[in-house]
Amino acid sequence: MTSIETQVLQPYKYGFTTEIDADIVPPGLSEDVIRLISTKKGEPEWMLEWRLKAYRHWLTMKEPRWANVSYAPIDYQAISYYAAPKQLPKVDSLDQVDPKLLETFDKLGIPIAEQKRLAGVAVDAVFDSVSVATTFRAELAKHGVLFCPMSEAIREHPNLVKQYLGTVVPTNDNFFAALNSAVFTDGSFAFIPKGVRCPLELSTYFRINASSTGQFERTLIVAEEGSYVSYLEGCSAPTRDENQLHAAVVELVALDNAQIKYSTIQNWYPGDEAGKGGIYNFVTKRGACRGRNSKISWTQVETGSAITWKYPGCLLQGDGSIGEFYSVAVTNNRQQADTGTKMIHIGKNTRSTIVSKGISAGHGQNTYRGLVKIMKGAESARNYSQCDSMLIGSECGAHTFPYIDVRNSSAIMEHEASTSKIGEDQIFYCKQRGLSAEDAVSMIVNGFCKEVFKELPMEFAVEAQNLLGISLEGSVG
Amino acid sequence: MSAKQPLLDIQDLHASVDGNEILRGVNLTVRPGEVHAIMGPNGSGKSTLAQVLAGHPAYAVTAGSARYDGRDLLDMDPEERAREGLFLAFQYPVSIRGITNSYFLRSAVNAIRKHKGQDPLDPQDFLQVLEDKLTVIGWDDSLMNRAVNEGFSGGEKKRNEILQLAVLEPRLAVLDETDSGLDIDALKTVAEAVNKLRGPDRSFVVVTHYQRLLNYIVPDHVHVLADGRIVKSGGKELALALEEKGYDWLKPAAAGSAA
Repeated sequence: MTSIETQVLQPYKYGFTTEIDADIVPPGLSEDVIRLISTKKGEPEWMLEWRLKAYRHWLTMKEPRWANVSYAPIDYQAISYYAAPKQLPKVDSLDQVDPKLLETFDKLGIPIAEQKRLAGVAVDAVFDSVSVATTFRAELAKHGVLFCPMSEAIREHPNLVKQYLGTVVPTNDNFFAALNSAVFTDGSFAFIPKGVRCPLELSTYFRINASSTGQFERTLIVAEEGSYVSYLEGCSAPTRDENQLHAAVVELVALDNAQIKYSTIQNWYPGDEAGKGGIYNFVTKRGACRGRNSKISWTQVETGSAITWKYPGCLLQGDGSIGEFYSVAVTNNRQQADTGTKMIHIGKNTRSTIVSKGISAGHGQNTYRGLVKIMKGAESARNYSQCDSMLIGSECGAHTFPYIDVRNSSAIMEHEASTSKIGEDQIFYCKQRGLSAEDAVSMIVNGFCKEVFKELPMEFAVEAQNLLGISLEGSVG
Repeated sequence: MSAKQPLLDIQDLHASVDGNEILRGVNLTVRPGEVHAIMGPNGSGKSTLAQVLAGHPAYAVTAGSARYDGRDLLDMDPEERAREGLFLAFQYPVSIRGITNSYFLRSAVNAIRKHKGQDPLDPQDFLQVLEDKLTVIGWDDSLMNRAVNEGFSGGEKKRNEILQLAVLEPRLAVLDETDSGLDIDALKTVAEAVNKLRGPDRSFVVVTHYQRLLNYIVPDHVHVLADGRIVKSGGKELALALEEKGYDWLKPAAAGSAA
C-alpha cells in the first residue's frame, strides 16, 4: 500500500514565501484594531458600526466544538488581523503592481500581467489582507458586471453592499462568521445585472503570505433576475510550523431565474506529515435562492488545510429553486475535515442534490456532515444525497453524519452512502493489464471523484486532478 | 525463438499464502500455440498457480523457478509481465467506478504500446482497434461505455475478461475458472470467442474445475493438480476420464507416486 499512499501524499508545491515589505498590524483584537482596519480601508462610518456590532456580539459567543475535529485552542489575541504589502498598487494600472507580487501569482499559476492572463477568466488576486489586482474590469464593465475587491465595493457601491451584505449570513450567525464580520479585510464583490450572462469566468485567488496573521475574506455575489455567473476560487499558503487561521464568509444571492455556479479549489497549506503547522479553515458559505426558479451550485475540491470546517449551503426560498453541492474532500497525514452542506427547503417544488466524495489517507480523518431540512411550506420538495467515502491505508477514518428534518409529508428524499477501500486487488487488476501502480491509483481516485470533477469549469478540473496526482488524459466528461 | 522452445517453463514451483504452502512443486511446460488445461478439485492450488503466474503480491514463491520466453518470470513486476504479454482472465474481476471500460482498456493498450516503444492510440484509433476485435469475436460494444465491471452480471464480467484478452493480444493467456458461474449459453459464447483467439503465437493455460468447458475449448494437454502438485498429465481424453471417475482415484496414491 505504500506506493498508493505516496502517490496521494504529494509534497505541497505552494509552500514558498514572498519576501516583501509589509504593513502588519500588531497581534491582538480589540475595538481599536477594528477601527484601524476600517480606517486603512477608508470605510464609511456605517461599515465600522456594522463591524463593531459584530465584534460585540462575538465577545458573547463560544467557539463551536461540535465538529469531529480536534485542535489546540486558538489564541485570538496572538493573531495579527491586518497585513498588506507596503506599496499598494493602483487598481486600474497593473504596471504599478509590485513585480514581486506579479511573480508570486505567476508562480501559483495565476498570471495577472496583461500579456499572460488566462483567457476567459477575470481574476481578483488577494494577497494577505488586500486585493492587489483585478483583471478584465473594463471588459466586464461593458456588460454592466461589477467585479472588484470588497473594500472598493464598500466605498464605490455602498448601496448595493448595504442592501445585501449580511443578509444571507447574519453577523451573529456563528462564532467564526461573527469574527469575520468584525475583522474582514478583502475578498471579492460581484454584481451581475438583470438578464446578463457574465461573459467571463470570475475568479478570486487568495494567498496568505505573512506569518502570524489570519486571513478573513468576505465575498458577496449578487445575480439579478435572469442572470448567470460562474465564479472560481483558489487559495494557497506558505509552509510554516505555526497554524494560521482562515475564517471566511461567502454570501450568494440569486434572484428570479438567476444562476450562480461557485467552484472552490481549496489548497491551503495542510501541515506536515506529523501534523505540524497548517491552516485552520473555518468557513461559512451560504447562498440564498431568493427568486423563483433560481439555482445555486457549490462545487468544492478540498485538498489543503490542517482543519476544515465548512458547510456551503443553500436557502431555497424561491419556488422551484435548485440547490446543488458537489464535493471532494481529501485528508492526508494528520489532516482533519468536517465538511458538508445545508439545504434548507422553504419554497414549493424546490430541489437539492448533494454529492460528497471523501478520500482519507495516512492518518487523515474525513467527516461528511449535512443537513437537509424541508420546511412546512415546502410542498413537493425533493432531495437526493449521495455520500461516498474512500479509504487509502488502514490508519485513516471516514465518518458520515447526515441530518434529515422533514416537516412536509410531500417531500421525496433519497440518500445513498458507500464506503470503499482502494485495495490490493484493485491495484493488482490494473497492473495485470499493464498499468503502473501510480496510474492505477490515479484512475481509481479519478473515477471515484468523477461526478464532482465534471461539475468544475475546465480550467479548474485540470488543477483539481493535478492536485490529486491524476493524469488528465481524456478522463473528464 | 524456435517453435519448440517453451514460452512458459515452470520447475518445482512452491508457493504459499499467509504461511500456508499451497503449491508444492509444480512442473509445467507450455509451448507457443498450445492450450493446456489445469484441472483439479477445490483447494488443489489451481487458482494459486494462476495468481502466482500473474505475480499477485499475496502469494510468496518459496522455491522453484518459472521462466517466460527465456526470462525469469518471478523477477518481473506484475505490470511488466502484463506488458510482456502475460494475461490473466480473473475469476473475480474487480470493478472500478467512474471509469469506462473503453477508457480503461485504452489505457491498458497504451501502457503496453509504450513498453514496446510504440505511440499511444488516440480515442479514434482505439475505437477502430476495438471494433475490429469485436468483429473477430462476434460481440457488440454494449459493455464498453459502462464503468469497468460496475454492476455487471457474472456472465458480463467473464465476457469482459475475454474482450480484454482479445484487445490486449497476449502471448500467454491464463483463464482462471472463466466458466464458473456461467450458464450453458454464456459458456458457449465465451468459449467460442476464446477459440477464435487461438493461434500459433498464443498459448493458453485454462484453469477449470469442470470438464464441460473443455468440450468447447479443446485442450492439447490436460493436467490434474492435487495438493499443490501435478499428479497426472495427458491428452484431452484425460478430461473425459475425470468427468466419469471424479478426482478421488488420482488423489492419495498417485500424489505419492508423483512425489
